[in-house]
Amino acid sequence: MSTSKSDQRPLSPHLSVYKWQLHAITSILTRITGNALIVGVILFVWWLLAAATSESNYQIVNGIISSWLGKLILIGSLWALWYHSLAGIRHLIWDHAVWLDINKSRLLGWAVVFGSFALTFLTILFV
Amino acid sequence: MVQLTLPKNSRIMKGKTWPKPEGANNLRVFKIYRWSPDDTQNPSLDTYFLDVDNCGPMILDALIKIKTDIDPTLTFRRSCREGICGSCAMSIDGINTLACIHGIDDVKGDINIYPLPHMPVIKDLIPDLTHFYAQHASIMPWLETKTDRPSNEWKQSIEDRKKLDGLYECVMCASCSTSCPSYWWNSDKYLGPAALLHAYRWIIDSRDEATGERLSELEDPFKLYRCHTIMNCTNTCPKGLNPAKAIAEVKKMMVEKSA
Repeated sequence: MSTSKSDQRPLSPHLSVYKWQLHAITSILTRITGNALIVGVILFVWWLLAAATSESNYQIVNGIISSWLGKLILIGSLWALWYHSLAGIRHLIWDHAVWLDINKSRLLGWAVVFGSFALTFLTILFV
Repeated sequence: MVQLTLPKNSRIMKGKTWPKPEGANNLRVFKIYRWSPDDTQNPSLDTYFLDVDNCGPMILDALIKIKTDIDPTLTFRRSCREGICGSCAMSIDGINTLACIHGIDDVKGDINIYPLPHMPVIKDLIPDLTHFYAQHASIMPWLETKTDRPSNEWKQSIEDRKKLDGLYECVMCASCSTSCPSYWWNSDKYLGPAALLHAYRWIIDSRDEATGERLSELEDPFKLYRCHTIMNCTNTCPKGLNPAKAIAEVKKMMVEKSA
């Protein structure tokens, strides 16, 4: 087959046709939560910096954080932190080459999902 | 490199809808990816109707029936029709599997069939596997020995032989590698689940004497460590093997080696 022919070859579809399965969803969420936490951390650090500089600065940032959007970001970050931590523990387990068969690893996936919501709820309840 | 959308020449157009067979009582809809190198058109999704009461039970039976009765230009690989040659691997109903051992009844609704994902297409359901095979060759898929050849066979205990179970059965159909997002984005440098499963199959073979070299060869940020345990490979393997576990075992041996 000539080179020109193979250059024209299309790429077969991938993301658009592949079925999303629990493992893949929980895997990409690990990365998404890890990156999203940067936003939460920046907000949090800004809050602390403002508190350390002056009262007027603190009032401004505190106003933003106490707004519904600020609270949403904080609660989202809390969930992301729990999710990312639990997913990290799942990776530590997998690093020992155990719990990698389909059923057990699926169980771990659900544990990370439900665990992250439960722990977020408990944290809001008790902290 | 991560590219979420398809290149311009790869976008899928609306295809042809082929006529329904007459007097059918159990019609199923097959939507099948088509692309021909003989014209300059983009790929398309053709719609076929098949009376499955008048057809064998497997997806491959349906494809052969379509090729025989409706559209002789439909192109796909097949050979053994019993899940041992690995030729008819394709994307069926959102996962990669062998058409010959995947039942038509296993799919609900329209049956969508594409070539293995994120591969250059030669024609219709036939992907170019040249690079995939080259990666397999790169892990030295043979017994490497240094000691003198024994007068009879290389012996192995029953326990050591058992370590190869779940590995030697791989038929190199490429379902796992082409299900892996890491492989989609980095197949130029990442070896992918199939080649890594084979690498592990030789690493743990008690008769092989190149374990150290094999591990050193894999010690690379891409070849091995692009595996992020997404587990599409294990979920999709039509032979029920576990490449994700094989890769985890290799990573574990890597740590033990450097410790």
